[in-house]
Amino acid sequence: MDEQISFTLNVNGHKHEIQSAWLGESLLFVLRERLNLWGTKNACEQGECGSCSVLIDGRLCCSCLEMAAAAVGTDILTIEGLAPNGDLSDIQEAFVEEGGVQCGFCTPGMVVAVHDLLEANPSPSSLEIREALSGNLCRCTGYGRIEAAVRRVVEARHG
Amino acid sequence: MADLADKVVAGARTRPDGKVKVTGGFAVSSDLHMEDMLWGATLRSPHASARIVSIDVSKAELVPGIVAVMTSKDLPAKPTYGLLHADQPVLASDVVRFEGDPVAIVAGENLEACRRALRAIEVIYEVLDPVTDPELAEISPPVHPDGNLFRRVVITSGDPEIQGEIIVEGVYEVGMQDQAFLGPESGLAVPDGKGGIDLYVATQGPHQDHRQLAPCLGLEPEAVRVQVAGVGGAFGGREDFSVHPHACILALKTNRPVKMSYLRNESFVGHLHRHPARMRFRHHATRAGDLVKVEAQILLDGGAYASTSAFVASNAARFACGPYKVPNAHVVATCVRTNNHPCGAMRGFGAVQACFGHESQMDKLAAALDMDPLQLRLRNAMQTGDRLPTGQVVHVPAPVRECLEAAAAFPLPPTAVDNQDGYGLPGGAGRTADPSRVRRGVGFAVGFKNIAYAEGYNDDTRARCLLHQGRATITCAVAELGQGFVTISRQIAKAILGVDEIDLAPASTGLIGSAGSSAASRQTYMSGAAVERVCHEVAARAKQSFAQQHSIDPESLLVDGGFIVSKDGSIRIPIAHACPEPIEVEVYHMHPPTAPMDERTGQGDTDVSWLFGAQRAVVDVDLDLGLVRVVQITTGQDVGRALNPVSVVGQIEGGISQGMGLAVMEEVISVNGLVKNPSFTDYLIPTFADMPPVEVSFIEEPEAGAPFGAKGVGETPSLASTAAVAAAIRAATGLDLPRVPIRPEDIVFAASAKPLSAPQFT
Repeated sequence: MDEQISFTLNVNGHKHEIQSAWLGESLLFVLRERLNLWGTKNACEQGECGSCSVLIDGRLCCSCLEMAAAAVGTDILTIEGLAPNGDLSDIQEAFVEEGGVQCGFCTPGMVVAVHDLLEANPSPSSLEIREALSGNLCRCTGYGRIEAAVRRVVEARHG
Repeated sequence: MADLADKVVAGARTRPDGKVKVTGGFAVSSDLHMEDMLWGATLRSPHASARIVSIDVSKAELVPGIVAVMTSKDLPAKPTYGLLHADQPVLASDVVRFEGDPVAIVAGENLEACRRALRAIEVIYEVLDPVTDPELAEISPPVHPDGNLFRRVVITSGDPEIQGEIIVEGVYEVGMQDQAFLGPESGLAVPDGKGGIDLYVATQGPHQDHRQLAPCLGLEPEAVRVQVAGVGGAFGGREDFSVHPHACILALKTNRPVKMSYLRNESFVGHLHRHPARMRFRHHATRAGDLVKVEAQILLDGGAYASTSAFVASNAARFACGPYKVPNAHVVATCVRTNNHPCGAMRGFGAVQACFGHESQMDKLAAALDMDPLQLRLRNAMQTGDRLPTGQVVHVPAPVRECLEAAAAFPLPPTAVDNQDGYGLPGGAGRTADPSRVRRGVGFAVGFKNIAYAEGYNDDTRARCLLHQGRATITCAVAELGQGFVTISRQIAKAILGVDEIDLAPASTGLIGSAGSSAASRQTYMSGAAVERVCHEVAARAKQSFAQQHSIDPESLLVDGGFIVSKDGSIRIPIAHACPEPIEVEVYHMHPPTAPMDERTGQGDTDVSWLFGAQRAVVDVDLDLGLVRVVQITTGQDVGRALNPVSVVGQIEGGISQGMGLAVMEEVISVNGLVKNPSFTDYLIPTFADMPPVEVSFIEEPEAGAPFGAKGVGETPSLASTAAVAAAIRAATGLDLPRVPIRPEDIVFAASAKPLSAPQFT
């Protein structure tokens, strides 16, 4: 329980030394408490809500269910890595424009999930959008404006 | 004024905090941190009812990293708190009254140390039989020295003896719903170095927190400041304290900042829920279908502590007859204390439970009359000028008929079962349904509720505006929960003052007096009005100043949409540039007074205004598996005036999803006072895949006196959604289904269902 380890994580293209961590620390914990990347949120910490969604080597996952130490050697992308220069991605822009944001708690995880969806499927049907994002809970919006945001991106990308 | 309202709407903008929220830069309360902070954690009762024999914290104090361990003996001052009555212990001393009652708190260098310390605290309990059946509460031993009755509200109007030609009776039940906001309860308490404290916390009402907090800390009010931190949703669940007193007491004790943040399982016991209800209704009507009388007995389980239960009971009573012309009524709503989890505010506040009852009855009555359920509702729909069972005349727009007709006007979805590779069937991705055993149903429901506080409660707000060098700074202590006050207040200021640079000061008790809580659909209606008034006042002063500077008769000038103009058209100058000196104004705003109800008859002009909303739900039901897919929900909602249409649609879709959740999946399951599903694995809320398309019609009949005609919109969509979905499932199955949420077994095993229990008519 008290055994401590140190390791390196590659997050948003930068290497971070993690010193004296407990082996069992989740990636979510390390991102937030050790790297101060607070954009990845903690709502359930059991993989149900998607608020902590990140991409590990391009794979969408709940960072609360990943051991940080097991992510050594991977490329981790968090919400902070999606618009590193302060310019919004088209997905982020669409969330704002279409009213897909209310309290904003689910938003970072949802944006990461949409990013993942549109990488894999540039022209998702309504059904595919809803299925792909069904692991990301939102309590404010009822999802309607979020779906509108996704559609806006799809339409814009297809010119 | 109509022009200005158009200007406000035309200036509808996206959220000013949108960019920071989509990039992950928005700090919600659980993201707060300081270099030297401690973590705090709470030990809670595992029993619904027990006597505390002893608490031994000696081992906990020895856990490495632990800085403080505190029990009720260590409390600095007032040991109890509560929104209406201070009946809830900050830390339990002699007894625990629900599973989750806090008994000790710890502060340590990290959360893991705190958790170890909690495990090391030895509490010996003498476990008692809990009072968990609300129907037995009033004849059970008192759970609390204040007794087991929070309030009984009686409303009697017209002739209590009159009988209708057609009488239908029903017993209904509503399970306990959770607000299930995503952002955990959390806050950071920071000692100010002078004996005082700053609390940054996720809350709906910093001033109501402050009012309760200072006495518990033993500090003068000015030594305590509560500031709203980033709030991850609320829906009523942040009206009461969560971490507030505990974080502050630990911070004062250790003289270090203390952060507390609940995990989800603690969240389910760390905030109050929607009241479960047992209801008995008897509706009387003429053969032609006119309502003659409504009788209702509503029993609400308030759980262990008072919170706002007294007002929830009143709402359940006042709205029990629905938005209909009801000439005679006898309604009794009772809220009792038990050892179940405490209940308090949730979106709709007593009116949701009542709506499920009265709308279930309207369908039952329609069946007894062999009449179309929509036509029965339209025939009895309330209008402006009608009298409520409280005797109050509805003096505002009451577009009940219009809401219903708008919901009905949308085309129905294709009648063939939507077979998208099976995904569109009930059961969804499980692809379990046999399409030949799926039935479609359509149901309607309409509900209403008051805006803002009622029964003579002192309901006020304040706004300050500073205009200087082309920049407006608005100070108004409204908690932003995601509803968009940050947007609407800027829209209003921009329309009146014409400035683009508008800052909104933090919502802090240290900066201005109370704006009241972000609750009861009241902030646009109340604080929106305060912002409107203060901006008009700033504009008027800018005009005076301009006239003085240029020796012009102020009477020759007008304020017009951000400009000061002369009546002859020769002068037109932006307000922002009309006065070189700063202009600062604060206004106090209160809505027209309301009155208490007569204790015996329930008569009184209790409400300032009402909001109305109707839903039509379309569902597919798998008769064999009891699975439901909600296919479509349409709504007509009375909004007065939609000042930011995208935000209003967002409120409506979100409210409908919560209402649908209560209809088919959401219930905090409690057995002998112990909650069995305190997680998002076992307490299900609608996902993207569950949520049907929603079609929205705004019914815009601007309300005189409301800011730009806008009514509140937050609670309206929650009122009737549950009832509409339940009605649709009944239509699909032909079953009674008197309880929500409707579970698969309620459909499949309906024939062997045990009858529900509810209080008898008195």
